[in-house]
Amino acid sequence: MTDRTASSRPDVLIDIRGLVFSRGTRRLFDGVDVTVRRGEVVAIMGPSGTGKTTLLRLIGGQLRAQAGQVNVDGEAVGSLSRRALYRLRRRMGVLFQSGALFTDLTCFDNVAFPLREHTDLPEALIRHVVLMKLEAVGLRGARDLYPAELSGGMARRVSLARALALDPEMILYDEPFAGQDPISMGALMKLIRELNDALGLTSVVVSHDVEEALSIADRAFVLSEGQIVEAGTPAELRASHSEWVSQFLNALPDGPVPFHYPADSMADDLRTGRDQ
Amino acid sequence: MISALQSLGASTLAMLGALGRSVLFLLRVLLGLGELARRPRLLIQQLHSVGVLTLVIIVVSGLFVGMVLALQGYYTLVDFGAEQSLGVLVALSLTRELGPVVTALLFAGRAGSALTAEIGLMKATEQLAGMEMMAVDPERRIIAPRLIAALISLPLLAGIFTMLGIFGAYFVSTAMLGVDGGSFWSQMQAQVSFGDDVLNGLIKSVLFGLVAGWIAVFNGYDCVPTSHGVSRATTGTVVTTSLVVLGLDFVLTALMFD
Repeated sequence: MTDRTASSRPDVLIDIRGLVFSRGTRRLFDGVDVTVRRGEVVAIMGPSGTGKTTLLRLIGGQLRAQAGQVNVDGEAVGSLSRRALYRLRRRMGVLFQSGALFTDLTCFDNVAFPLREHTDLPEALIRHVVLMKLEAVGLRGARDLYPAELSGGMARRVSLARALALDPEMILYDEPFAGQDPISMGALMKLIRELNDALGLTSVVVSHDVEEALSIADRAFVLSEGQIVEAGTPAELRASHSEWVSQFLNALPDGPVPFHYPADSMADDLRTGRDQ
Repeated sequence: MISALQSLGASTLAMLGALGRSVLFLLRVLLGLGELARRPRLLIQQLHSVGVLTLVIIVVSGLFVGMVLALQGYYTLVDFGAEQSLGVLVALSLTRELGPVVTALLFAGRAGSALTAEIGLMKATEQLAGMEMMAVDPERRIIAPRLIAALISLPLLAGIFTMLGIFGAYFVSTAMLGVDGGSFWSQMQAQVSFGDDVLNGLIKSVLFGLVAGWIAVFNGYDCVPTSHGVSRATTGTVVTTSLVVLGLDFVLTALMFD
């Protein structure tokens, strides 16, 4: 590694270089470079199945890259010891697509969970912190509800409060807008942007909701076929000449990405009569 | 023909792979036990849900198994005029075999399946992954207390099963069959040895507790995180635990009693 890599620059928090990752025989990433600077909101966009969630898992150290570097704050995530990895994770919040709330705990206890696990704070203080975090996402009044009693958007906001509980430096959002009604979508967009700016966070938003992601992001990366096909500010992306990017951004059904999944010719399929 | 061989090979490899993963998994969980020692509350909660909530089925089955043993034993023994030995027969069967084995089988059905389903669902709903990203190791926070709770509960439940079985047999022998209560107890006391019978039964139930807990938590942790995967893992826990307990029991009996 040369010392000119971006990870040695103090303003870069997450630095991914030449990332290669395969699952089974499928190569999900084939030389992906992504840099995330401190304090910005970065969107990583791409069609379903391009491994956007996998990218977050690589950043969080739940998966290891087969080649290339994933550096978070100058530390190579893939080669950290278990202890160092867990120390790094305390500085990260992750918002899972499903919310991943503990179903047998109330919202209050869900948000209190990381505090109770990692700190020896007295219960009175934990109560203060939890209520503050819930207030930040607008759900202080829902603290005694169980996750099953929440709507999808509320569950994601509680999950966001839980991710904020330990005052992380960065938050990774996995498809925060998927399956949300317009009102909760708006609430989530506002939260992601405002929390990032108010708390001085760094946010990585993985999403295929182009309009929403672009409207809150400072910069965006577009993933396709294991590579970054376009990167830049939202305005730069919109002005992109790439046919693929314009198909993706404008939601056209056919284009460089074919409507049909790759297959043998229809005539051959019908003639053989059965699947082998 | 070739495809039959192929699938035989594939399933053998899959089984060996699961066996290897489960051993590594057990070692990791055992190495992480230090954290559990600092937080006994987690263990106590699990002792309640794994042990105490299994008590009803153990109490009822223990009583009935003992009562049936007394009836069946009496009809055989009375032909030889040896019905006074009924207490010995019942106590030996229960302490050596039925107590540990039947308890382990019932435990797999009641507690093991519940453990697998709980952990499998936590995996399917990303709760385990979420915990990992909150820098909480699910192997220490979720798995270890459940495994140790199974290890502690099963011997205790087997003891309760055995005692209630003997009590049920005593009740049936004296109240229904007219066996003398004094000789029921005195013969039992004379013939059942603590070192050979009770202790060996205890060793068995400790091993069964480890096996039942291990299979249950591993199946949950290793399941395919879909509804079908969780249901298969749950069934797998009951079937595998039952087979392993029965096989292990044969081996242990052959080694222990001669």
